[in-house]
Amino acid sequence: MALSNVVETPASGFNFENVSRNVALEGLLEGGHTKAPKPMKTGTTIAGVVCKDGVVLGADTRATSGEVVADKMCAKIHYISPNMYCCGAGTAADTEKTTDLLSSNLTIFSMNSGRNPRVVMAVNILQDMLFRYRGQIGASLILGGVDCTGNHLYTVGPYGSIDNVPYLAMGSGDLAALGILEDRFKPNMELEEAKQLVRDAIHSGIMSDLGSGNNIDICVITKQGVDYIRPYQESEYKDKRQRRYKYRPGTTSILTEKIVPLELEVVQETVQRMDTA
Amino acid sequence: PTLYSANWMQFITTTIMAVEYDGGVVIGADSRTTTGAYIANRVTDKLTPIHDRIFCCRSGSAADTQAIADVVTYQLGFHSIELDEAPLVQTAANLFKASCYRYREELMAGIIVAGWDKRRGGQVYTVPVGGMLVRQPVSVGGSGSTYIYGYMDSNYKPNMTKDQCLRLVSGALSLAMERDGSSGGVVRLAAISETGVDRQVILGNQLPKWSTA
Repeated sequence: MALSNVVETPASGFNFENVSRNVALEGLLEGGHTKAPKPMKTGTTIAGVVCKDGVVLGADTRATSGEVVADKMCAKIHYISPNMYCCGAGTAADTEKTTDLLSSNLTIFSMNSGRNPRVVMAVNILQDMLFRYRGQIGASLILGGVDCTGNHLYTVGPYGSIDNVPYLAMGSGDLAALGILEDRFKPNMELEEAKQLVRDAIHSGIMSDLGSGNNIDICVITKQGVDYIRPYQESEYKDKRQRRYKYRPGTTSILTEKIVPLELEVVQETVQRMDTA
Repeated sequence: PTLYSANWMQFITTTIMAVEYDGGVVIGADSRTTTGAYIANRVTDKLTPIHDRIFCCRSGSAADTQAIADVVTYQLGFHSIELDEAPLVQTAANLFKASCYRYREELMAGIIVAGWDKRRGGQVYTVPVGGMLVRQPVSVGGSGSTYIYGYMDSNYKPNMTKDQCLRLVSGALSLAMERDGSSGGVVRLAAISETGVDRQVILGNQLPKWSTA
């Protein structure tokens, strides 16, 4: 287990088995005139800012499937633990599952060790997993949280690279959002100012990027707790439905009714004692 | 090396450098990480501690080098605890080489390992893409290194002092950052010796200026 230049080959280490599997799968699909399925992406703007009292995360709420908006009220800020939330950009299923897995693992860890999970731990777990899958999991995540060591904001890329910076934007609208952040970010901002900054950053992403849109969600994490404001601001381009699409009970008239009681008789009864000694 | 589109892959296209002096080493790097033409992080720290007196300078794929550095940090830490002694820089360099060579087809990592140990003092080892290992008194790496080979060859002299080395490294890095589009941001320096590690950051407007600017 010690040095890698010991005589026998260690079983642990980098495992690239999935790489050959993926190549084989792609070859199989393309060769047989079937196209590999197009994943649903959250063309997205997500942003995060570290302020004096905590961390503010923001996201838009549009999920696209090709050129169609698949979900107008998609939740992109995922719960990880009571003190950590994670924004996800990229393939919607990947971000959802990855953050779910992380959340479950951290809950188990909390119960086992009796400790609250730290943001660095979550980031390391994410990095491990995404690196192992060699970029095949298309998840760009912004993880923010407050723990006993302070307020933290990290980004994890789909290939497993980490960056730890005070302000971030990811997703297809990241360039627009980052412009706002670069202009107005100051270290140790007040909470209200930080919320406004994140809101403005997401707003510029929504305005300048076709893949982002609809409402803005904000999540404020402080030592005292979490304020998940969904939506923080609704889109001014909402339309009202012209009609109700629910049918009231009685729309379909009942012509006849026949009730057949099921006759059940006990055929066999076995009792198995549980050994509670 | 990889067969998939590297559109989302973050690269530390960079300029990194390490110089030995009598009593330690001086290492330096720029601070830019790119995803295609977009600068994903303009304040990256590419000088990663592996042990108390051993650092590595990372270039290539951000994810690959972070993962390799994590693995080697673990292996070296374990080795040091077993031995109950500070590890040698040569050991750290060999651990990097082992990972980089074995997985050379899948990885894209150019690493410079530098540090101080009791046996041989300050040492610089370079492990470029492909997994070669060689010790050099001065080493440069990354995409911006090509622009400063001439500067290095003409300005490096053996037995320089720590301050001369710091000036050499910061000068060379500013020249490379000036010419190489993939290097930029701030200059991060670290001087490692028996007494400890002394880190500094030189911001953009404080960099040495050259006549053709």
